[in-house]
Amino acid sequence: MDGTPATGSEIVLRGVAAAPGISHGPAYIYSKVIPRVEQKQITPEEVPSEIARLRNANARSDKELQKIHAFAEQKLGSDNARIFEAQLMILADAILMGAIEGRIARELKNAEFIVADEITKYKQIMLASHDEYMHERAHDVDDVMNRIIRNIQDQKLFSRLEGASIIVSETLTPSDTVIFSRNQVLGYATDLGGITSHAAILARSLKIPAVVGLRTCTKTIATGDTIAIDGYAGVVVVNPGDDTLQALEGKKERFRDFEERLVTIAPLTAETPDRKRIELSANIEFDTELEFARTQGSAGIGLFRTESQLIGRATYPSEEEQFAVYERVAGGVFPHSVIFRAFDVGGDKLSPDAEHEANPFLGWRGIRVLLDRPELFLDQIRGILRASTRKNVRIMFPMVSTLAELRRAREMVARAKQELDARNVPYDPAIKIGVMIEVPAAAVLAEQIAAESDFLSIGTNDLIQYLLAVDRDNAAVAPLYQQFNPAVLRTIKNIIDAGHRRGVWVGMCGEMAGDPFATVLLVGMGIDELSVLPSVLPEIKKVILSVRFKDAKRVADRVLAMSTEQEIRDHLSSITRDKVPEIPLDE
Amino acid sequence: MIERTVTIVNSKGLHTRPAASLVKTAARFQAELTIRKDNLEINGKSIIGVMTLAAEQGSTLTLVLDGPDEEEACRALEDLFRRGFDEE
Repeated sequence: MDGTPATGSEIVLRGVAAAPGISHGPAYIYSKVIPRVEQKQITPEEVPSEIARLRNANARSDKELQKIHAFAEQKLGSDNARIFEAQLMILADAILMGAIEGRIARELKNAEFIVADEITKYKQIMLASHDEYMHERAHDVDDVMNRIIRNIQDQKLFSRLEGASIIVSETLTPSDTVIFSRNQVLGYATDLGGITSHAAILARSLKIPAVVGLRTCTKTIATGDTIAIDGYAGVVVVNPGDDTLQALEGKKERFRDFEERLVTIAPLTAETPDRKRIELSANIEFDTELEFARTQGSAGIGLFRTESQLIGRATYPSEEEQFAVYERVAGGVFPHSVIFRAFDVGGDKLSPDAEHEANPFLGWRGIRVLLDRPELFLDQIRGILRASTRKNVRIMFPMVSTLAELRRAREMVARAKQELDARNVPYDPAIKIGVMIEVPAAAVLAEQIAAESDFLSIGTNDLIQYLLAVDRDNAAVAPLYQQFNPAVLRTIKNIIDAGHRRGVWVGMCGEMAGDPFATVLLVGMGIDELSVLPSVLPEIKKVILSVRFKDAKRVADRVLAMSTEQEIRDHLSSITRDKVPEIPLDE
Repeated sequence: MIERTVTIVNSKGLHTRPAASLVKTAARFQAELTIRKDNLEINGKSIIGVMTLAAEQGSTLTLVLDGPDEEEACRALEDLFRRGFDEE
């Protein structure tokens, strides 16, 4: 990535495509505006008007938050809208507001100074805690404090956002996204990704293009810079030249045409002209994404990331809470099926007392954490089992690297079943258990693992990273992260063959599954299932519908004999363009 | 004035929802409620105060009630803690 500041020449920033669409316009760098608070002396006569300012500000803040909460509830569901409830409650805290009013009258100081002083006391207590949950609450307290102060100072939200802009920020909270969406927002670009998924979902429902995980875009881009955002490819171009804008405009047109034809593609089964069927499903994190996945034409959910339930909370959700989520998803996706992946997070996320790890990717995460926290793991398994009565639920374990781990995890499933039996709670006794193949050790042992599971799903992001020893977030080595590296492709082929020898199906749920350039190759290598972001699903389906399995196998054989990533990439690019000329592909 | 020690029994501790029911219950009475945990002392009728307690399952709090209906308030609050704030 180019880190040099914008000087008029074109800079291309690559991130993660979070919401589809293409647009360009002036950038607006959004950083949380911290209102300046000055201490002012007031006269006793001014006390009533000062208190009136405070009360008006509180009323306005309450109105703002109620709106945000209602909008979030509608777009994100009530579970996810809860993040705004704490702020509303603080605003309605009569003791707190009484104390603030009392101090204004006694100390004869301006309202915003007392608000800041009084609320900061609480914030500091929270920040002093070692509990991550308390730090999150401190953010809420901070947010609500700044909201009140801004309203006391009678400042409007984002008054500087004049005309249509692309919002560029370090991260976006759901409330930011909601507020901005009332302006003319052309797109969202953020440094961070991951946890901002809430914002990404909102962007998608609002049909606003978004690219996240750009890492340094807030430093590279300045307010007023012209930028172009490509929410299909996950690319932001600073100071785009005429050629770039023209190319993007063309792509936008192609996608518009293509999307119009989607209506006809969506209901079709993903199978090659010579009748090789590929299970084409979607990766999602929230039950609210089900509808989008369905309209994009998915046959079920190939990866439900259960860790979304941990966002913004200190403790993991109870069996009951989890069951409610899984039940909604399983019911919503029926008659298709859903694969719930057990919590795949580092230990710190699930256990506040976990040590900070120097090397978290090689540390305590995924199945390692779950096996060390059996009570937590059992809660999750029971929650999933209980949602399986329609027989359309599967469970998958992340980060497995040994057979011993798989066996212990299976024992946990058996134990969870016994516990449910004892409680007389129904579930699917034949629930399918799968393993995510993402550690090279698991790839090597794929056949033994397949012998003891019902399916395998290749998680390419971590697999490539571990196999090639490349941290793709490290700019110095990022170019070495190559999904078409011959070592990666042979490993994938070995996993697929190993699974088939043991009679289990093999799928893929990493980013590679959603790359249309990889589709012909993967189909040719014999992949049974591809699980992709809902936004790219129609493209992948189009490729599957256009290429005969017979030909795809020939492509795979040829590619597997090639020795460099460049050679492979060029070949796949020309094959795909040749077979599927109408697809709006990227270079 | 009455002083009582109570224990958090619900698995998720004194997070936002239980904090809200605690404050709501306390607000029904005239008696002042002070809650002490470790070195911290907060007004039990203030949600922002209760939020700072970070009380997890198993932790103990001291409730100090002072007012004409302190007996009644104390019973209601002890009951609320015993029921785990009706969570789960």
